[in-house]
Amino acid sequence: MISPFVQLIYHDGTMREVLIKNEEIPFPEGKLIVSRTDLAGIITHCNPSFIEMSGYQHEELIGRPHHILRHPDMPAAAFQDLWDTIQQGKQWHGYVKNLRKDGCFYWVYATVIPNIRDGSIIGYTSVRRKPSRAKVQECIQLYAQMNEAGAAV
Amino acid sequence: MMRPVMTISPDIGPDRIAGWYIFNTWLQKQWGHPIRLELFPSFQKQREAIQRDEIGIIYANPFDAAMLVREKGFKAIAAAVGKSDEAVIAVNVDSSVKCIEDLPITCRAAVTEAPDVNTISSILLEPADITRQTLQSVIADTYVVVAKLVLQGKVDVGFFLAEAYDGLSRVVRSQLRELLRSQIYDIRHVLLVEPHLQAEYETLKTILANMSSDAKGRDALHNLGFTDWEILQQEDTEFMIDLMDTLVT
Ligand SMILES: Cc1cc2nc3c(=O)[nH]c(=O)nc-3n(C[C@H](O)[C@H](O)[C@H](O)COP(=O)(O)O)c2cc1C
Repeated sequence: MISPFVQLIYHDGTMREVLIKNEEIPFPEGKLIVSRTDLAGIITHCNPSFIEMSGYQHEELIGRPHHILRHPDMPAAAFQDLWDTIQQGKQWHGYVKNLRKDGCFYWVYATVIPNIRDGSIIGYTSVRRKPSRAKVQECIQLYAQMNEAGAAV
Repeated sequence: MMRPVMTISPDIGPDRIAGWYIFNTWLQKQWGHPIRLELFPSFQKQREAIQRDEIGIIYANPFDAAMLVREKGFKAIAAAVGKSDEAVIAVNVDSSVKCIEDLPITCRAAVTEAPDVNTISSILLEPADITRQTLQSVIADTYVVVAKLVLQGKVDVGFFLAEAYDGLSRVVRSQLRELLRSQIYDIRHVLLVEPHLQAEYETLKTILANMSSDAKGRDALHNLGFTDWEILQQEDTEFMIDLMDTLVT
């Protein structure tokens, strides 16, 4: 039997075993999934839809790195691009496959923006909306290609 | 101090205008300064007055609040407790459309000028690949006209402020069907004060915070259609504006 656990290596070299199930949870209709982080990507705030979709409790999320939702199917380059963009004070948009605590996944269309106060970036906000199915299909292909290319290096 | 002009978002329904006159009277008495309530027929006319720095106090649409805070230095001092700007997308009850994915990408929508409702509604349609470029809007003056256009079959959907949708007559509502309703909670109208009145922020906040403990104040609140003011901190509004920024670009 194939193990439902996958080894995930984060960009800082730390490793974690995550539970993966091939089951998609639909995006909650009419809602937005909102979170905020500090400059290092540590979660400081999340709204009820965020908590519900992640499968974690509020206390398990606040103070944790945002990669708690990282799905192994997401190419590292996507997040590199995210961080490069927002650290320059710009908005980032993208389609993201997120991992839930129970191993299931959900797709979002995410926008991340820097929180600028008195001219300085003090943190980041991400707002996720229900994605177009056609766009998700494109990303499934694209991310698989990116992951293959990454693995070949 | 000059006599400041107070104004309200042009999307406030006609049934609430009297309430704002009562609030204006109550507020000047508590504050001890005359205030002149001025209404604008459109968002455009109101924005022009804002650009000419003619407005002192404004109960603003969240969309305009972004500009008032970030460009004009206004401060948000309060918002209505438990009230948020939510949108409803509705179709004719006989429409074959059961979910947004059934709509054509060149969907025709009856809309008002309200920027918050239009932004939220277009986001609700995005999963069906309907974009602001493909959507065909038909502008209506009021939500009653939006409903009429849907009933007459002139458009595929209507964009409503949820509160206005719920307030339509039973007869009209029975001929409409709700396709989708937003539950965002974080986007709301806010009461803002211009930077010249900075010295008065705390006084005004205290007056509003005590409004529901005063019998006349409670009456006035009732006429505005809410139960109390929630006093805001600067970061509450900055957070809302950041959120709106992710939706508009
Ligand atoms: C505001 C904000 C929201 C983020 N949201 C997510 C998210 O929903 N899912 C995700 O996998 N990464 C998200 N990230 C990116 C993570 O910080 C991290 O870069 C990513 O999960 C890859 O993890 P790793 O580079 O530590 O391996 C977000 C970052 C920020 C600043």
